[in-house]
Amino acid sequence: MNLTDSQIERYSRHIILEQVGLAGQEALGRAKVLIVGAGGLGSPAALYLGAAGVGTLGIADADAVDLSNLQRQVIHHTADVGRPKVESAAERIRALNPEVTVRAYPERVRAANALAIMRDYDFVIDGTDSFAAKFLLNDAAYFAGKPLSHAGILRFEGQLTTIRPGASACYRCLFREPPPAGAVPSCSQAGVLGVLAGVVGCLQATEAIKYILGLGELLTDSLLTYDALAMRFRKVAVRRSPDCPLCGDRPSIKELVDPEEAACELRP
Amino acid sequence: MKIAVNGDAAEVRDGLNVLELLAERQVKMPDMVSVELNGEILARPDFATTIVRDGDQVEFLYFMGGGA
Ligand SMILES: [Zn+2]
Repeated sequence: MNLTDSQIERYSRHIILEQVGLAGQEALGRAKVLIVGAGGLGSPAALYLGAAGVGTLGIADADAVDLSNLQRQVIHHTADVGRPKVESAAERIRALNPEVTVRAYPERVRAANALAIMRDYDFVIDGTDSFAAKFLLNDAAYFAGKPLSHAGILRFEGQLTTIRPGASACYRCLFREPPPAGAVPSCSQAGVLGVLAGVVGCLQATEAIKYILGLGELLTDSLLTYDALAMRFRKVAVRRSPDCPLCGDRPSIKELVDPEEAACELRP
Repeated sequence: MKIAVNGDAAEVRDGLNVLELLAERQVKMPDMVSVELNGEILARPDFATTIVRDGDQVEFLYFMGGGA
């Protein structure tokens, strides 16, 4: 792949970086990143990866844009309310960077379709908002052998980790299985500081870019926690658990199944 | 004795088990916390039988399911 003059200008601030250069920018152009969930985490991730010139972005989301999304889901605009999120996301990425191929999956990622969707991608970003979806993506990435950036946010806090299946700690190494329904607030009813989603989604995009470029140290075997009120980041070292039901020594999960859907509710 | 909980120094009494430590630290929903002791994730059934020792590094890892 040879970059055109306008591409060299568009990506000049990347290309001028010694660690990226023309070769790195071309690698970004060849890369395919799947973003599951075009919401609070997925919006900034998709915008920055599109701007960065990642050649193919897959966006999977079954929902339509709601007015209450706009406080943080910055890829969707007011006029998009009611439209499928994959449509407004694709439109915005193309407007930002027409060189990006956007593939829209207007569906929920489930055991039945996850491996087929992931197959063609180099890196997966978890921007989902339920434990069932997060466990499913963790398991699917393991079976598909795809690197995954997992993240979760709640109120003023977020956390993320990067998983290289079989080589570094997976989500189940840390959290064996989804919590009981209603036990933990997960999303809408709990509230979330909008900009927090932006910070964490951008960190996920950073991991995707580093992975593609082979730069720096990935957030593998680490859980990075972010407390926006204390403005504190902490990196907690974690490791693969021999008892992990997925990637441990005697796995009990041998094929991809849909985890039980925990209700997204706050108990009084 | 002195331990570290999520990176912060904490003074706790001798002989405390992990379940008691969760209570002492006022973790409201202990079922929803993964506990890492000196780099190893503890199995939940071992919380009550695992005694915290001087100098231990304890990490409470919380479920966070949001993202949209
Ligand atoms: Zn694992």
